Amino acid sequence: MRAVLVVGASLAGLSAARALRAQGYDGRLVVVGDEPHRPYDRPPLSKEFLAGRADEAALVLEADGEDLGAEWLLGARAVTLDPGTRGVGLADGRAVTADGVVIATGAAARTLPGAAGPSGVHTLRTLDDARALRADLARGGRLVVIGGGFIGAEVASTAYALGLDVTVVEAAPTPLSGPLGETMGGVVSGLHADHGVRLLCGTGVRGTEADGGGRVVAVVLADGRRLPADTVVVGIGARPCTDWLAGSGIELGDGVLCGADGRTGLPGVVAVGDCAAWYDPAAGAHHRVEHWTGALERPATAVAALLSGGAGGQRAPRPPYFWSDQYGVRIQFAGRAAGADTVTVEEGVPEERDVLAVYRRGGVPVAVLGMNRPRSFTRWRKQLAAAAS
Amino acid sequence: MMIPVCRLADLPRGEAFRLETDPPVAVFHTEEGELYAVDDTCTHQDASLADGWLEGCEVECPLHASKFDLRTGAVDAPPARRPVRTHEVVVEDGMVHVRLSAAAPGPPSCAAGRLAGGAG
Repeated sequence: MRAVLVVGASLAGLSAARALRAQGYDGRLVVVGDEPHRPYDRPPLSKEFLAGRADEAALVLEADGEDLGAEWLLGARAVTLDPGTRGVGLADGRAVTADGVVIATGAAARTLPGAAGPSGVHTLRTLDDARALRADLARGGRLVVIGGGFIGAEVASTAYALGLDVTVVEAAPTPLSGPLGETMGGVVSGLHADHGVRLLCGTGVRGTEADGGGRVVAVVLADGRRLPADTVVVGIGARPCTDWLAGSGIELGDGVLCGADGRTGLPGVVAVGDCAAWYDPAAGAHHRVEHWTGALERPATAVAALLSGGAGGQRAPRPPYFWSDQYGVRIQFAGRAAGADTVTVEEGVPEERDVLAVYRRGGVPVAVLGMNRPRSFTRWRKQLAAAAS
Repeated sequence: MMIPVCRLADLPRGEAFRLETDPPVAVFHTEEGELYAVDDTCTHQDASLADGWLEGCEVECPLHASKFDLRTGAVDAPPARRPVRTHEVVVEDGMVHVRLSAAAPGPPSCAAGRLAGGAG
């Protein structure tokens, strides 16, 4: 293989480029990035960066002096993939042809249906999003967060600490019931009420209202209630950036459908990170894993499959893991909550937001949640990984 | 300076001891029976490496995914970009001691200003 193109310059793309070099690939390496920035870290965007406790230098992902011998095409959006030549066309008219392609185009924040919102309505996905939101939060006042998932909860927590009046609106009866299940979703989202942040559940959002100057003044709920707002954050999930692959012959579902090693149906093409739905043998289905650690670790597997033509025999990825920091509480989760038939508290007290809970199916541990319990959590996480490998 | 940590018998293989010095130090007893000491706080964010995932001669930060080589302090992957200090471990009469490194803790980051775009 003499030329490899990595499409996407965030954590998954950078990890793929690193894995290529670490695994001995010494040919031409091109990394295409939609954003103008060098690879940067997203988790702090809803926390330390948004709060002003970390600057942009703290977000840099590359090590000091790191040189992967790559050509970086930044501010360049991939718009087509030719399945015959593995040529990737860019929005500016350029094209890059390679023997191997790593798709790492990530996901984009979902927005409210309808036209572009008034000013003061934000999503949070990119550095530029975070800069704009940080400037608005500095105005103080009332923040309404639409969506009680992890991004929404972290923004609420950060804004609370900055002194804003915060309301979180969640369509489901319990926030986080998807990733954590009803019981523990309730425990974790209880952090809002602990700190005087209002949480309105089981209600959708009809839209936003703006003043004559086009600035948001309120969120209108599906039941007609009106929540005055100076700033609004829409945190309702992300959709995989795969539109550009239409017509490439690559199979798309909720993301790029891949085997258990990241290979797509097209020879010489693998997919990693938030845009990729790898086959999970344990679940018997394809899953998109939108977690930081997946974007860090899985590219090594995909790159090995790419370089070997699939003859790899790679170690299975560790069970999905994510963390969240909210209101000074460190939340960690590993495994899959879906399919668990019991959740038991092994340590601590849920009401004190100091807890280690284990999810089991037929008596077998399938997931673990920790709040401020890093040491016990690590032990359980190791146990889950050992059982899965 | 030699600091007593704990009895070797009280630090099973695969476990770590957090020494409440300033800055705190983590002492690891690997599954292979070796002893290592490094600064306890991950160089990326406030997390105790003594709570981390110990495998071979490496410990993974309990919060994120950076792994540190206990022999050298070197870090393998983001989000951490800086190594941790290592310290000498001495066992005398069944007691584990740490001889603190004379190196300055927490070297400053020198990555400022590299985020702004442009081909590199």
